[in-house]
Amino acid sequence: MSLIRLRTAGTTLGICLILACLGGLRPAAAAGSDLPTALNRLPGASFEDKANIIRDLTQSHPKGARELLQALLEGHVAVRDSDKHVFIVSDDPAGYALTDPLTGRAAGTGATDDFDTVSMNNHLRKSLRAALAQFDLGSPEAAVRAAAVTEMLRSIDESTATILKGQLAHESDAGVRRLIKEGLAMADLDDDVPAPRRLAAIHMLSGSLSPDVYNRLGTLADPGSDTDPAVRRAAVRAMAHIDAWRSFYHAIETLFFGFSLGSVLVLSAIGLAITFGVMGVINMAHGELMMLGAYTVYVMQLILPGHPGASTLLAVPAAFLISGGVGILIERGVVRFLYGRPLETLLATFGISLILQQLARDVFTANNRPVESPPWMSGLWQINGALSITYNRLVIVIFTLAVFAALLMILKRTRLGLEVRAVAQNRAMARAMGIRSQWVDAMTFGLGSGIAGVAGVALSQLTNVGPNLGQSYIVDSFMVVVFGGVGNLWGTLIGGMSLGIVNKILEPYAGAVLGKIIVLIALILFIQRRPRGIFPQKGRAAEA
Amino acid sequence: MRAPRLAWLDRQGRVFLLVLAVMTALVLVLNIAVPAASSLHLSTYTVGLLGKYMCYAMLAMAVDLIWGYCGILSLGHSAFFTLGGYAMGMYLMREIGSRGVYGDPVLPDFMVFLNWKTLPWYWHGFNLFWFAALMVMLVPGVLALVFGWLAFRSRVTGVYLSIITQALTYALMLAFFRNDMGFGGNNGFTDFKDILGFDLTHETTHLTLFLVTAVMLGLSYGVCRYIVSSRAGRVIRAIRDAESRARFIGFRVESYKLWAFVFSAVLAGIAGSLYVPQVGIINPSEFQPVNSIEVVIWVAVGGRGTLYGAVVGALLVNLAKTFFTSALPELWLYALGALFVLVTLFLPRGVMGLAGHFKRRHSRPAAGVA
Repeated sequence: MSLIRLRTAGTTLGICLILACLGGLRPAAAAGSDLPTALNRLPGASFEDKANIIRDLTQSHPKGARELLQALLEGHVAVRDSDKHVFIVSDDPAGYALTDPLTGRAAGTGATDDFDTVSMNNHLRKSLRAALAQFDLGSPEAAVRAAAVTEMLRSIDESTATILKGQLAHESDAGVRRLIKEGLAMADLDDDVPAPRRLAAIHMLSGSLSPDVYNRLGTLADPGSDTDPAVRRAAVRAMAHIDAWRSFYHAIETLFFGFSLGSVLVLSAIGLAITFGVMGVINMAHGELMMLGAYTVYVMQLILPGHPGASTLLAVPAAFLISGGVGILIERGVVRFLYGRPLETLLATFGISLILQQLARDVFTANNRPVESPPWMSGLWQINGALSITYNRLVIVIFTLAVFAALLMILKRTRLGLEVRAVAQNRAMARAMGIRSQWVDAMTFGLGSGIAGVAGVALSQLTNVGPNLGQSYIVDSFMVVVFGGVGNLWGTLIGGMSLGIVNKILEPYAGAVLGKIIVLIALILFIQRRPRGIFPQKGRAAEA
Repeated sequence: MRAPRLAWLDRQGRVFLLVLAVMTALVLVLNIAVPAASSLHLSTYTVGLLGKYMCYAMLAMAVDLIWGYCGILSLGHSAFFTLGGYAMGMYLMREIGSRGVYGDPVLPDFMVFLNWKTLPWYWHGFNLFWFAALMVMLVPGVLALVFGWLAFRSRVTGVYLSIITQALTYALMLAFFRNDMGFGGNNGFTDFKDILGFDLTHETTHLTLFLVTAVMLGLSYGVCRYIVSSRAGRVIRAIRDAESRARFIGFRVESYKLWAFVFSAVLAGIAGSLYVPQVGIINPSEFQPVNSIEVVIWVAVGGRGTLYGAVVGALLVNLAKTFFTSALPELWLYALGALFVLVTLFLPRGVMGLAGHFKRRHSRPAAGVA
């Protein structure tokens, strides 16, 4: 705490020292610029006087000055007619609620008629803003300092430039430093600056990705402008450099969008890959099991209102259990009578999907249900001027990889996984070895359905939670499974991710819908070449 | 095979055609001859509804031909149906002429609305009925030919084929939803005025369309029946039961499957073209994958591999749908869902199979079928 305060004091001292060096330029910077003096000078002051008072307060920085300047900027400073006392005022039923600027304490109320508001003009407001920004440069919070720098850069002149250079000398936060450097360089681009400095500034700015810089360089590079040819050439070069970086970051962003779309595809397909791959069962109700997972989030948030984060996290296991349970019911009730008849299974599970949809409509109405986002999933991670990533997409990508890893572990490292793989490879032989294949079937179907529920939790954060949620993903997820190759989790991962990336790469050229159509057609053609997907199942089981 | 004439038309087939003819005549009589006040009178609306169902029945028959006889489960047959419908819709749009809202003599309303200046090349010729009728068969047929050639050649079978047919109709749906495809975007075509000069708002036109649909249904049944009882039909059934064996014996399995698929698609296209003037609208939602799956359940309900079963199934399910969606709308999806489950679990041969089972048990001669 005390360290911070020391730093703040140091910063202020630094500004004062710098300004003191400039003192020769400013005869009005007289002694006695403490708060009481300023308050005495304020009543009846002309605009010029007020400008001087503001400058004096900025230089001496007495306690309470920031509040006073802020109130001046907002037009909340008034002089009492009777005793020429200055107050910070705010609206009150009785007229004004008064605050003494010296102590910062409330000083009763007063009728509006008894006061004269201290008037401001645009010029004064501008210098007030700069002055406030100067105060904020001393703040321990980097964000406040950054805002102050931005504010000062808006109306940069010789004096603010000097202050910013001083700030640069001891600024610790990299972001604020970059902001100051860029801002100063931007100021150096002006026409009245000597050419060498302008060239240096352009050189410095060629590493920047801020859109402001890009636009400013664009005006310099414009062949119609009367810029110095050397400067113009430098500006063109700098822009080419920036363009290269921008397209690089744009490619990274597209890739990331592709990954995030791919994650959604993988999440929705991976459960399907298990039931389809291991049991050869087409589960058309898979989308509706995802829908159940999404509704689980909604119900969880009703149970735990006000805790969107905790309820969403709790919804993950809950959705796994609910969808898994429903899946086992489906398997025991319907699917097990239809083994060996995949087309019939497809029809029966489609019937189940209709029933589940209507059930959701009856319980939760046909309208979409609102689902809150946990705080750690909202917002944007601004990496630089050209690249930003939304947290919800990032979380979904990580979540998908985690689910994938967990599933892989279950299949490779647990007894159940071993039995599942054995049954998938050769049912008869597995049974001969004493594996209860019926139990394994039920568990496999339950596992695949549970994963669908977990996928639904993730989808609830990206799309509308309604009865039709499942339908919109079912075609896509089948495509992923077929593309990746049945019975291979890695195939599903790679298939889903590549479909997502291809979709996003095509989107800017072809538009979202046409891009999707192209991908679907490409897939149909791909199936002709490799009818069993990228990673076909090998061995005798594949022919069954 | 003893060979009197029409040997391919077995007893069940004759009964079916007879029932179809009698029902059609009955419907027309009940509409025209029975006075409107009578409780036996069938409104023109109901006749239109039945005409619509018969289009569905044709579509179901097309699906049965490839699913029931060839073992290809297409989850995208509505695509062919809708394409046929769109071809007919294009003709009907051109027929409107300058009677549209914007009064443009050549461009349909939606093109004027989208600020198009000229007719896209693929709209030329659709002002002629014979051209549109040709396209009704050609467009679905060529699509099925290309798609089937690619799929069967690389031996995509079973659920894989089902899924890519579903992707096909899904892709078409997305494409037709786009305005710049030139097919009216998500509004599709509507506000038709007349067909071959006959006013589409007229009752007589509707009754005629009903009659035409019934005749086409009977004809398609005859053709399908002829195909399945021909030598090629027996090869197709052999492929369904043991594809590898049929191939090893020396049949070109791919060709047989392909031609069955193409014929089925053409049939679906014709059904769609009859559907559009009766319903008065065609839009991309007809491409929805769900629609195609519903067709499959009609066939399953009626009984696969009988052709007339598909017709019975389509009529039964759609009558039930009309009843439920007006009387108990919230129960319809439960009923349809339960139908899917129960039919696959307990009625693998459909209602017709059940009827046959019943008949055999009591060993009595058959009464009516429908």
